[in-house]
Amino acid sequence: MANIWFDLWHNSFWHGIAGRGITILAEVLIVIVVLLIFVAYATYFERKVLALAQLRMGPNVVGPFGLLQPFADGLKLMVKETIIPAGANRVLFLMAPMLTFTLALVGWAVVPFDDGWVVANINVGILYLFAISSLGVYGIIVAGWASNSKYSFLGGLRSAAQMVSYEVSIGFVIVSVLLTVGSLNLSNIVLAHQPFWMWLLMSPMLVVFFISGLAETNRPPFDLPEGESELVGGFNTEYSAMTFALFMLGEYANMFMISALTTMLFLGGWLPPFGIMVAPLTWIPGILWFIGKICAVMFLFLWVRATLPRFRYDQLMRLGWKIFLPFSLLWVMVIAGVLLATGTLPNPQ
Amino acid sequence: MQNPLLVDYVPILIFLVVAAAITIVMIAGSYLLAQQKPDSEKVSAYECGFEAFTDARTKFDVRFYLVAILFIIFDLEVAFLFPWAVSLKDIGLFGFLSMAGFLGVLTVGFVYEWKKGALDWE
Amino acid sequence: MIETIAFYIFSAVLVASAIMVVFSSNAVHSVLFLILAFFNAAGLFILLGAEFVAMILVIVYVGAVAVLFLFVVMMLDINFSELRKGINTYMPFGIFLGIVLFIELVFLVFQGWVAPPSGGPALAAPAPMLTEISNTRALGQLIYTHYLYVFQVAGLILLVAMIGAIVLTLRHRPGVQRQRISVQINRKRSESMVIRQVSSGAGAPKL
Repeated sequence: MANIWFDLWHNSFWHGIAGRGITILAEVLIVIVVLLIFVAYATYFERKVLALAQLRMGPNVVGPFGLLQPFADGLKLMVKETIIPAGANRVLFLMAPMLTFTLALVGWAVVPFDDGWVVANINVGILYLFAISSLGVYGIIVAGWASNSKYSFLGGLRSAAQMVSYEVSIGFVIVSVLLTVGSLNLSNIVLAHQPFWMWLLMSPMLVVFFISGLAETNRPPFDLPEGESELVGGFNTEYSAMTFALFMLGEYANMFMISALTTMLFLGGWLPPFGIMVAPLTWIPGILWFIGKICAVMFLFLWVRATLPRFRYDQLMRLGWKIFLPFSLLWVMVIAGVLLATGTLPNPQ
Repeated sequence: MQNPLLVDYVPILIFLVVAAAITIVMIAGSYLLAQQKPDSEKVSAYECGFEAFTDARTKFDVRFYLVAILFIIFDLEVAFLFPWAVSLKDIGLFGFLSMAGFLGVLTVGFVYEWKKGALDWE
Repeated sequence: MIETIAFYIFSAVLVASAIMVVFSSNAVHSVLFLILAFFNAAGLFILLGAEFVAMILVIVYVGAVAVLFLFVVMMLDINFSELRKGINTYMPFGIFLGIVLFIELVFLVFQGWVAPPSGGPALAAPAPMLTEISNTRALGQLIYTHYLYVFQVAGLILLVAMIGAIVLTLRHRPGVQRQRISVQINRKRSESMVIRQVSSGAGAPKL
């Protein structure tokens, strides 16, 4: 009797779906857990790098070399009281950090970690990431408004205007990469073969993209939304405990996302550096190259923080609207013109 | 599930559900684990030590709207550029000139903006 | 079958959130419900296989237009109870608009979708596009060549919007000092400092 039921189940429509569903679920969980571990250690890494830049020791008490510090911090934030301000809109106040963190996670669904190692290999991967990053503004603006505090609101507003201003340049940079690839699929973008002169032509776009990425993630030198000297904590002034931790984790996950995007668009993703496919380099698995490149870009984020003073708001706006926007637009047309004139446009997919 | 295109989107849906579940568990877990003891001082809005004397929801600089409107316009421009970038080989020089005309018109607007000082933050 | 279930879920949430946009008492909630409605519309587009349109819907409408809406309702400090008073005056016009839109929709449904005049190869064969070429490329083949005039008019409309926004909102505050980087950088040593020989006890000479 049991056999019949088993056969029925095995041959049924639902069996295939359940099997596939469990595989996907496992993939999703692996990606999220690994990402969270990386995010936790990014906080440790950041404190160590900043400490070394300032000739200090950094965290070194909890565990060997302070390696357990992120877990101690997490535990502390976990057992703190979640304070909801009296005038706050409770639902939106709690929704904002959840939104920020969820958005920071879901982008990773389309990132190819190695050849074929991707949770959702959609045709419009890069557009999906662009859409997710353009939604990031909501967590911040809703947090600022729902807190019912002047500092939060001003911080949220500034942050929203800042993210929106640099979003446009990021769009133009992505378009310029698409010109040389002819596909919106992220795996195709990584695999697209580019001659050396094209790489030279693209390098200013890499600079624009990285700096816009700093502004997009509200990182120093563009960390005006949380300019401590004027706005206390910016949009997260009123947040505490886990709600604050989610903003924090979301920020680091977004930094990883910008690093991953830089890696995929410009640095060749999981391929060895500069696409040199010679023996010792190809022995290293692609995922290690991918993680290594992401960590290198991450280090750049921290290095910039250790080095540069904060921008003033008018300087930030001028850089975004008057320098990056016209330059990247012009450069898109230059790249398109060069590709068209030399007949080296890629075959569209 | 016949359409192969849709199968690609199922993992995204699952990813979204799992990520949202994790965030809810994190916040709810912390809320239940920690002792919650709010008092009137603790839940008042942060204002450097004194009582807030105006509402936090006040009018703000109109410039923020201007930035948002200009952003919409340039975002649309980017949206138009995406299919163009992908299919430039198919449409060739004609497509290139067509886009150049479109961008030329918008560049006129951009120059106007610049000259009017709309891009300066005061 | 799952497609059908997904279609009904997306549609139901879309309609429900559209209703909530109208009936929420808080305008910020209305905008957030509008965003939820946009997402469900994007889901419906994906079910149709129009992934490019779905993503652009999210990028442009949720990522840009709704941000502006949110800015406006958060900052204008509108007194909603006063706005409510005017509702009786404008109600007839609102109902009239609603009826006109509804009739248009009914016409569209019963007349059927009229296909545009055939032009490029992508127009002639819309069905195989999904599997053979991506819909981004298919769109690209048409917008910039076959629909050239419409495309250029779109550019002009954006230009008008840009100029209109500036004319309506730009107000210069008097007495604001701006940073002029070129002036700062081009300053020479001779313009900004003088070295003087001061004899001891006499003090600095007057400038």
